[in-house]
Amino acid sequence: MKTSIVLTGVGGQGVITATNILGKAAVNAGVQVYASEVHGMAQRGGSVYCTVRMGDVSSPLIASGTADVIVSTEPIEALRYIQYANKKTKVITDTNPVVPFTVNVGGEAYPPLETVYKEISAHAELITLDALQLAKDAGARITKNIVLLGALAATGLLPFDSNILLETIFANVPPKFKLINEKAFTGGMNAVSKK
Amino acid sequence: MEIIEEKPEKTILLLGNEAITRGAIEAGVDVATTYPGTPSSEIADTFSHIAKYLKKKKIKPSFYFQYSVNEKVALEVAAAASFSKLRSLTCMKHVGLNVASDAFMTYLYVGCKGGHVIISADDPACHSSQNEQDNRYFAIFASCPMLEPTTPQEAKEMTRIGFDLSEELKSPILLRTTTRLNHARGPVTLKKPKSSKGKGFFEKDPDLVTVPATARKKHPELLEKMKKAAEMSDKSPFNEFIQIGEKTKMGILTSGVSYNYVKEAAEELSLDVTILKLGMTHPIPPKMTKKLLTDCDTVVVVEELEPILEDQIHKIAHEQGINVSILGKSTGHFSRLYEYNPDIVTTVLAKIFDKKVPFPASKKTSIELPSRPPALCPGCPHRATYYAVKQVAPKGTVYPTDIGCYTLGKAPPLKMADLLLCMGSNAGTACGLAISTDQKIISYMGDSTFFHSGIPPVINAVHHNHDVVITVLDNRTTAMTGHQPNPGTETDGMGEDARRILVEDVVKGCGVEHIEIVNPNNVKKTSEAFKRALDFKGTSVVVSKAPCILLRNRDLRRAGRVVPTFEIDQEKCTQCETCLNDFGCPAFYKKEDGRIFIDEQQCNGCGNCLQVCPKKAIKVRKEDA
Repeated sequence: MKTSIVLTGVGGQGVITATNILGKAAVNAGVQVYASEVHGMAQRGGSVYCTVRMGDVSSPLIASGTADVIVSTEPIEALRYIQYANKKTKVITDTNPVVPFTVNVGGEAYPPLETVYKEISAHAELITLDALQLAKDAGARITKNIVLLGALAATGLLPFDSNILLETIFANVPPKFKLINEKAFTGGMNAVSKK
Repeated sequence: MEIIEEKPEKTILLLGNEAITRGAIEAGVDVATTYPGTPSSEIADTFSHIAKYLKKKKIKPSFYFQYSVNEKVALEVAAAASFSKLRSLTCMKHVGLNVASDAFMTYLYVGCKGGHVIISADDPACHSSQNEQDNRYFAIFASCPMLEPTTPQEAKEMTRIGFDLSEELKSPILLRTTTRLNHARGPVTLKKPKSSKGKGFFEKDPDLVTVPATARKKHPELLEKMKKAAEMSDKSPFNEFIQIGEKTKMGILTSGVSYNYVKEAAEELSLDVTILKLGMTHPIPPKMTKKLLTDCDTVVVVEELEPILEDQIHKIAHEQGINVSILGKSTGHFSRLYEYNPDIVTTVLAKIFDKKVPFPASKKTSIELPSRPPALCPGCPHRATYYAVKQVAPKGTVYPTDIGCYTLGKAPPLKMADLLLCMGSNAGTACGLAISTDQKIISYMGDSTFFHSGIPPVINAVHHNHDVVITVLDNRTTAMTGHQPNPGTETDGMGEDARRILVEDVVKGCGVEHIEIVNPNNVKKTSEAFKRALDFKGTSVVVSKAPCILLRNRDLRRAGRVVPTFEIDQEKCTQCETCLNDFGCPAFYKKEDGRIFIDEQQCNGCGNCLQVCPKKAIKVRKEDA
């Protein structure tokens, strides 16, 4: 049994933090886990691609078509890595675009969101949520990644209980931000459970 | 701080780099040194975090750690610790070993006393590097025993046992990693750390002075050492045969992270194959490799980058008269380029073993997506410097640049990078351009790069009176690799007070006669300073000083203050697009109707756009005011 998760987004949106928390939660749950991250130059506002694999796995990297879930903090970043999805893959994405500078000055185009969503739906099962708004509702923009972890937990695809994930989040944020993170996580969970 | 506080036998999730640090601590390391570079940086940063954490708790760390000025100095510092019978570690990125290679090559002749593990973090696919050189050649070049881990757990164990191996052979050991090991996370089971020594003793020994007579005596000793190392390689716990399915005449030789892809592919494809997995890859184990070549009629070699294992087994097969088919790079099955992944390895193995690729159908999107390369952060003071230069530099000015965040000024609309080879090359190439052309030359380097290898070319420029403007972008940190301190900062890697060295003092000492010190966040004054520097005949240096915006914002947030973000007053904005097309801050974007906005997720609140906007249409965002 293998669970393969892709986490993507834009450098600075907490993708690596989410990857680390997910990995730690797996260890806490006694599940074998490998993850891979992008550090260094690739983080400066660039496209970030991380993976977490759980269960009977040796490779931290994922083969095309084998992701169970793609979690993205930005709509086109979910589509950029869609080759890792198959028809059954759940693609969870925040709905707030971050327009890259290549559009402003490089003459490239950011496709309309309807086109992006239609295309993702042609490859996989799409779940969208306004994670930025939910993070703001919880009390801080920077908890957007936690909102998305909540959404991931709500899919029921993680090989452990969502409480283990929430406890791991608490263990990795300063105590004074515990409540904000709990609200963010629950906000994400509820947004997906309702759908 | 679970990496030092969890009990032995406990399993925790560690980054490959953190696991290396833990392994060194378990081995009782005394002295660790580095110059930071992706993908190696977190090895050193973990030492630094531990030291600072313990300092807060008033506990003396079991080791001394240093961010040295460059990799060569880092290696020399740690080598001296080893000569004093202390266990030492030096870590760097692959190109760092080029810098350290002068010391490294002769160090192997001399050999070490206390165990010394040297880590080279290679970067296949150039995720964060200027080349993808394969440093396994350095092990062969220098006759240095080499280990290559597959997982974070193995990285920890190889580092720990590497010190024993080093002491047994009296030779430093190269621990060669790649990005996908350094930046992989996996479960690591802890062992009880050995005590470190604290202080050693340097016993005088004429063999430590490498005059020609010593070198001639030491070289044959080194060759003998490597024979012993080859025997140890055959007994190494890191070299092993792994049987997948039934025993057949098919074999795979692999090492490092490639093994992870091979193992999963072999399972997914239901192969019947014998894998020889090498962890000690120099010298390769002669008996084990001979057994693989004899037992099999076909051996597939799976290794990223250069055909190093492949060439060696071709030689062994030829010398031993073994008739075996070797498939790999020479047969066109695998590439010498970039990194491997499960897709590449599974597809090639499926073809060789005549199996069907087992993955569900998938394809890339056919919709054209805008590229998202890394960029200077919104609010980066380097952007302000570049913008200021653009206001005064004549057309045709050449901009040699260097290794750091500021290299990202290459992107439009700034286009402030024309030439780059390696650390420190900006000022060296500036000298050559001044000789070779009549174009104006403005070169750029960061403060950390200046201390690393930027000073000798400044002296070269002054001594030969080259007409160049050399800019030091002094943001008081080594930002790109994760905000490490450097000689320009007031604390060191242990969190202790350190003597701060000012760039302007150094260049004054180097004989630079025209020095400008500016705050780039004042764009107009910065432009004026560059104009004066350009007008000066001879070598001038501009020191552009402003802290990295990420550090400024971290400090603001820690102090409980809100980082203000900005927005555009749509009433005042005439959509002249100066902010987009000249300044190029990535927080700005244009909607389909032509209106321009500042993305609240991206704005870092530097406020420099207020100086740039000709219509004064930018103001603090309402909700932050």
